[in-house]
Amino acid sequence: MTSTARIPDHLDDDPLETVTLTVNGSQRTVAVPTHRTLLDGLRDEVGLPGTKSCCAEGECGACTVLLDGRAVNSCLVLCVEAEGHEVTTVEGLSADGLTDLQEEFLNAGAVQCGFCIPGQVVSAEYLLRTNPDPDEAQIREALSGNLCRCAGYQRIVRAVQATAARRSER
Amino acid sequence: MTTAPERAIEQRDALGEPSDPYPQGQVGRPVLRYGGGDRTSGAQRFVADLRFPGSLQVALVTVPVGCADVLGIDATAARAVPGVVDVVTAADLPSPMPRFGVSHTDRPVLADGRVNYHGEPVAAVVAETLDAAQVAARAVRVDFRELPGVYTLDDALAPGAHRVQDPSLRPGHALADSNVLEEAHYTWGDVEAEEARTEVVVEETYTFPMVTHFPIEPGGTVAVPTDAGGLDVYSPVQHPYLLQRTLASVLGLPLNQVRVFAPDPGGGFGGKQNPKLEPLLAFLALRTRRTCRLVLSLEETFQSMRRAGCRIAARTGFAADGALTFHSVDADFLIGAYADVAPRVMGKGSYVAAGPYRIPGVRIDARAVMTNTTPSTAFRGFGSPQVSWALESQLDAGARRLGLDGLEVRRRNLVAKGEAFVRGESAAAADGEWHQSLEKAAELIGWGTPLPPGRGRGIAVGIKPGATSGLSQSLVRLLADGSAIVYAGTSDMGQGARTLWQQIVADELGAPLDQVSVVSGDTGTVPFDLQTSASRSTVFMGSAVLEACKDVRQRVLALYAESTGVPPEQLEERPGVLVTPDGELGLPEAARVALGSLRGEFMGQGTRRLRGKGKHPLGGDAAFYEFNATAIEVEVDRETGELLLTRHVTVSDVGTELNPLQVVSQDEGAAIMGLGHSQMEQLLLDEHGRIRNLGALDYRIPTFKDVPVELVSAAVENHDGPGPYGSKGISEGALLCTAGALGAAVADAAGVVIRDLPLTPERVWAAIQAAEAAEQDAGSAEGPARHHPHRSPVTEE
Ligand code: FES
Ligand code: FES
Repeated sequence: MTSTARIPDHLDDDPLETVTLTVNGSQRTVAVPTHRTLLDGLRDEVGLPGTKSCCAEGECGACTVLLDGRAVNSCLVLCVEAEGHEVTTVEGLSADGLTDLQEEFLNAGAVQCGFCIPGQVVSAEYLLRTNPDPDEAQIREALSGNLCRCAGYQRIVRAVQATAARRSER
Repeated sequence: MTTAPERAIEQRDALGEPSDPYPQGQVGRPVLRYGGGDRTSGAQRFVADLRFPGSLQVALVTVPVGCADVLGIDATAARAVPGVVDVVTAADLPSPMPRFGVSHTDRPVLADGRVNYHGEPVAAVVAETLDAAQVAARAVRVDFRELPGVYTLDDALAPGAHRVQDPSLRPGHALADSNVLEEAHYTWGDVEAEEARTEVVVEETYTFPMVTHFPIEPGGTVAVPTDAGGLDVYSPVQHPYLLQRTLASVLGLPLNQVRVFAPDPGGGFGGKQNPKLEPLLAFLALRTRRTCRLVLSLEETFQSMRRAGCRIAARTGFAADGALTFHSVDADFLIGAYADVAPRVMGKGSYVAAGPYRIPGVRIDARAVMTNTTPSTAFRGFGSPQVSWALESQLDAGARRLGLDGLEVRRRNLVAKGEAFVRGESAAAADGEWHQSLEKAAELIGWGTPLPPGRGRGIAVGIKPGATSGLSQSLVRLLADGSAIVYAGTSDMGQGARTLWQQIVADELGAPLDQVSVVSGDTGTVPFDLQTSASRSTVFMGSAVLEACKDVRQRVLALYAESTGVPPEQLEERPGVLVTPDGELGLPEAARVALGSLRGEFMGQGTRRLRGKGKHPLGGDAAFYEFNATAIEVEVDRETGELLLTRHVTVSDVGTELNPLQVVSQDEGAAIMGLGHSQMEQLLLDEHGRIRNLGALDYRIPTFKDVPVELVSAAVENHDGPGPYGSKGISEGALLCTAGALGAAVADAAGVVIRDLPLTPERVWAAIQAAEAAEQDAGSAEGPARHHPHRSPVTEE
């Protein structure tokens, strides 16, 4: 038998495309092969490694970013597809220091190894922007695409609830 | 003045009873995670986030079967891919092939003519870009002949089975010509004689699946050649000093030429303890004289780490009052193609196969059986969850036969503090008030209170031996302005070790919490630490840090005496203070006075060493035991087999909670991980030994929607651990007996007993169907079967 390695079907002669997008409020232009994902583009070309890669197939949520304000798995979006769009990463959320949500993650003891946390924070922020007063079932539903292997999840639920309460007081 | 902790401990000693040891210090408070801000803002740098300009990228070449002879490798096309720098095969490495390993030196740097598990690399491509490396890896032609590999226990143990390991790797070993790598035998009392006074004998076989760690950070390695001919290696490894030693030994370099940087692992759970691909990266870097970088995919991580599966045949006797009389166990651990630390998982797991119980007659025979699968390694709980699943299920089976409930049968058999639960030459006795955890779990689940139909409860207990030898060394610097730096080699993989060191130093040196920083993850600057494993760090490194603080205080005292002329015997150091004839001085102030105008600093060192015992089968007595009681309330959907966990209670015996927030986080995380292997996780192989559910799409771990409606984590604190302030390790307890508690709850709710994990909806549904069919057959003479979902007679599958 003859075999070759199990490797994704990337094309070696993929042309470089120039992509202009807005990342955390500033315009960025990068040159990437067409098969590169937005996740790769953000981490490797834009230089923002806060967004994490785990499964690379849309199952774990570690790579979650806001694309035109909506939470997406950046591993499932091609970088070229983001041309002309607006991306917010975890770094963008915390540009002026930790947000109330990030503080509540810490207060609740929701952060262990931290690898899933940028994705959790972005997903939770999206939830709170679209539903400022979610109940527990809605929180679990909204975050069900974000895996955490360290924690029991309920501290993250509490962090989101505490943030919602804080924001409603403002 | 003494610090609050010390005062409280003195008071407690005087009263002879437990008390809260820390009314005011930082220790004992829910101090927020050290480095937590960076972990929420995205600023934390994991290994894949580090940038190495000009580095080469590595891709691995594998064959699509679990067992094969490699006949030839043709890299011509691969080398022609633009950007490819090198294609390395076994022929390019030293001969004989360098091997490494924790318990056996059996793992080759690259497959050496024989592929022993699916995913084992046969070649590595090094290229200027990742695309080039991956394209070239696909272009490498590997000619191979598939061999009849062994992928299950039955395959591996069959007469004439393919031998996973070349017998020459174990010269003279009695088992060399078999797939049994090692055995363990424990026995005490007289099993046959005990059977005479036995009322009920339960004899059953249980299985525990292979599961994978699935850290959310897949991990990777970067190897950087140094000008001096050595290497800097970056790896999110739990044991940087073991990696350093392994690399030095396969490369023939002195330790000081190998510097391991260990960025915090993004989850470890045991899977990132031992070297795997790092030696390969080291050879690649030395060969190319360039920085070589490999970031693993999640699929490659699945192919690098897993828990040993297990099959346990158990025969257990009970007297009429429910007292255990004997327990006989044959436990086969399904380990992988290389030993890693699997023999120890088998030996340490089977050591506690009779659990924390008073059993007069015990026989335990366990084997570590090699197969052509991913090398199994340490995984939270080590071998304990496997043996606990069988034992706890046996206890419930016996209790049902005797008309006892799950709580009562455990009450009657659980040992008291100081009482032996392992007898014979290598005896072990309970080092905690374990009954308190059992009772607390029962109370928190509402044991004995009525339940609606379709719901049931189960309760179980588990133990795990902690470290049996260890060495942690620490350095603490008290700087001239009263701030401090701790050097401690524990890997902070999410358990929050650094937070504890910060708390301890703040209390012991009187420094503000935010002026204590911690340095770890660099063998070049941080003193030796044997391992971050077995929940040892609080006890071992915590004690070393504590001792280093004491050393600092003694140095402050000595220099203060010299600088001020006060005779040293008129001075006394205590946590946070120096007591002088004129009264107490805060330690930072005393240090300032002592250092004078030249300033400078104090350096203290601390060591905690636990020597093993040569003759002990575990290599020594465990420094402590982790004990946990778990109780689960479940609702079973009889139509779909789905389980809804309405309440999950875990109670761990923690000694002293140095940081209650971190204790509860660890405990909850372990509980949910336990639900993973109890309810949904299992690696499935095809007939070629390939993992069928390779990756996150097909291998499910618990999500936000899978966890119990209510998860309650509680602790028993008696300040009776060997660690600082009476602490014990706590990170594994809550998954030791999850499966047993869930299995018992399902039996209570649905009347079916299942002995194979995980308890998937399909399995539960099938068991319910079978039970209903059996009931109908039995009842057909008397008309239609009556259906009592909750209290139907339990059917033993
Ligand atoms: S990395 Fe994108 S969802 Fe897992
Ligand atoms: S905190 Fe480690 S994976 Fe979520």
